[in-house]
Amino acid sequence: MTPNIADVPTSAAVPTDREMVRVEHVSKRFSLRHDRSLKELVFSALQRKKLADTFMALDDVDLTVHAGETVGLIGFNGSGKSTLLKTISGVLFPDAGRVMLRGRVAGLIEVGAGFHPDLSGRENVFLNGAILGMSREQLEERFDDIVAFSEIEEFIDTEVKYYSSGMFLRLAFSVAVHTDPDIFLVDEILSVGDEPFQKKCLERIRELQAAGRTMVVVSHELEMLQKLCTRIVVLRKGKIIFDGDPTEAVAVLRAS
Amino acid sequence: MTATAPTRRTPSAAERAEGWKAPGQDAGWLNPLKERFLLRLLVKKELRVRYRGSVLGMVWSYVKPAVQFLVFYIAMGVFLELNKGTPAYAVYLFSGIVVVNLFGEVFGNATRSITGNGALVAKIYIPSQLFPWASMMVALVHFLPQLLVLVVGAVLNGWLPSPTAAVAFLLGMLILLVFTMGLGMLTAALNAAFRDVENFVDLIVMVATWLSPVLYRIDMVQKSLDGTIWWWLYQLNPLTIVVQLFHVAFWRYSKPVVDELATDHPFAYTLAQPGEPYGLWWAGLLIAVAVFVVGTIVFERSKRRFAQEL
Repeated sequence: MTPNIADVPTSAAVPTDREMVRVEHVSKRFSLRHDRSLKELVFSALQRKKLADTFMALDDVDLTVHAGETVGLIGFNGSGKSTLLKTISGVLFPDAGRVMLRGRVAGLIEVGAGFHPDLSGRENVFLNGAILGMSREQLEERFDDIVAFSEIEEFIDTEVKYYSSGMFLRLAFSVAVHTDPDIFLVDEILSVGDEPFQKKCLERIRELQAAGRTMVVVSHELEMLQKLCTRIVVLRKGKIIFDGDPTEAVAVLRAS
Repeated sequence: MTATAPTRRTPSAAERAEGWKAPGQDAGWLNPLKERFLLRLLVKKELRVRYRGSVLGMVWSYVKPAVQFLVFYIAMGVFLELNKGTPAYAVYLFSGIVVVNLFGEVFGNATRSITGNGALVAKIYIPSQLFPWASMMVALVHFLPQLLVLVVGAVLNGWLPSPTAAVAFLLGMLILLVFTMGLGMLTAALNAAFRDVENFVDLIVMVATWLSPVLYRIDMVQKSLDGTIWWWLYQLNPLTIVVQLFHVAFWRYSKPVVDELATDHPFAYTLAQPGEPYGLWWAGLLIAVAVFVVGTIVFERSKRRFAQEL
């Protein structure tokens, strides 16, 4: 669901000079392997069929993010936004170039990716919190806040598979925003839940900005990003074609 | 890729001093020790998911080996009359079965641990060593009740705990776990690229019962293979070594076996295990460590590609 643009708060981010993320000449090539099994591989080799198609998901990308900045990544589908985010989070490794980070990172690549339907809400909060890098003490301390934020107190001991999709996403988002990293990597998760909850999420993002957290956000909600970000990077076919003022960036993407 | 691409992939010492690190740079094979909290939660999840919607739950981990034991006991012990030549054959049989079961479960689960957690591996960064380790710990949870049954059975057969038994058991466990984890990490990494590997592993597990002295006695193998290279290969199989250590721990020094050895029955001497009490433990440990090192290296090298292969 698209957030109501009137609800999106203006950016509270305060950019500083301290560099937090450095992406240097990063390239990533994906090969789409057609065959999965050994048998098929042998047969295709015998028939001299091409074993894989490759394409450049990221092509010599350079990007520096400073502490306190909120950087938006925009581009059409397949432009490499998510690949870049995954490379920064450590899920993917660049084929060339390197990525360096300062401080702790939490990659909110997909809300609820670590959730298991057969575990209760409580168990999922602990498992996901730990996956996102929280220690047991932190989790025990913040557990009540997490549950309160998600507003599903009465169902916290129910298995997640009985949750409605809205409840599920609320709990997942709640865990994610209560991890306390220096760098947040956010992929298309600001369109979670109903309107009141979205408002609350955006409020929370604003709080994190005000607290000096660094954020890299991927989204297709251009208007929202325009208000939320201090800087926007436009990607096309794995290359950065614009890096700078949010309003201009959106114009560049729309013109292309 | 351009000519200006820097050759360095990780931060230099000076950059590290400024607090820079590469994403996904972790403690490698030591991760399971560093991330104990997350590891425990993953084990809990695995156990919970395994027994979801099951009425008997953990009881299944008693039922399966019990049935397996009964079948083998009747087929091998009663029909093939191994029962007669081997005192306390039931204990002999079961101490081997628990070894092969643990091997099979650790090996099989570890192989599937990366592909089975694909949703996580592809989306969120977690030290991926935790997955094979979590499957090993799940297997150990299932092993515990079997061990308990084995100990009770051994005691009923006139076995008493001794320092020799304790050393043999601990050595056996050490060799078995190090060896199997090495294999498991190797196959987990390969399985991410080729799903054929898990079927191949199932095959190995199936054959393992017969390639170590679980159902029959090792002197029977010696009789037919003695002097050939096969006999040495058979003896150097780490599973053979572990199974024998378990025999020493739970069967060899129980009363019926000791009594039988003391008689002047012409074949009584065959009950003594080669190289008593610990046999080729050093060779087993050496092979296990070598396999573990190879498995870890292969796993470490391929883990960077897991996310894109799944």
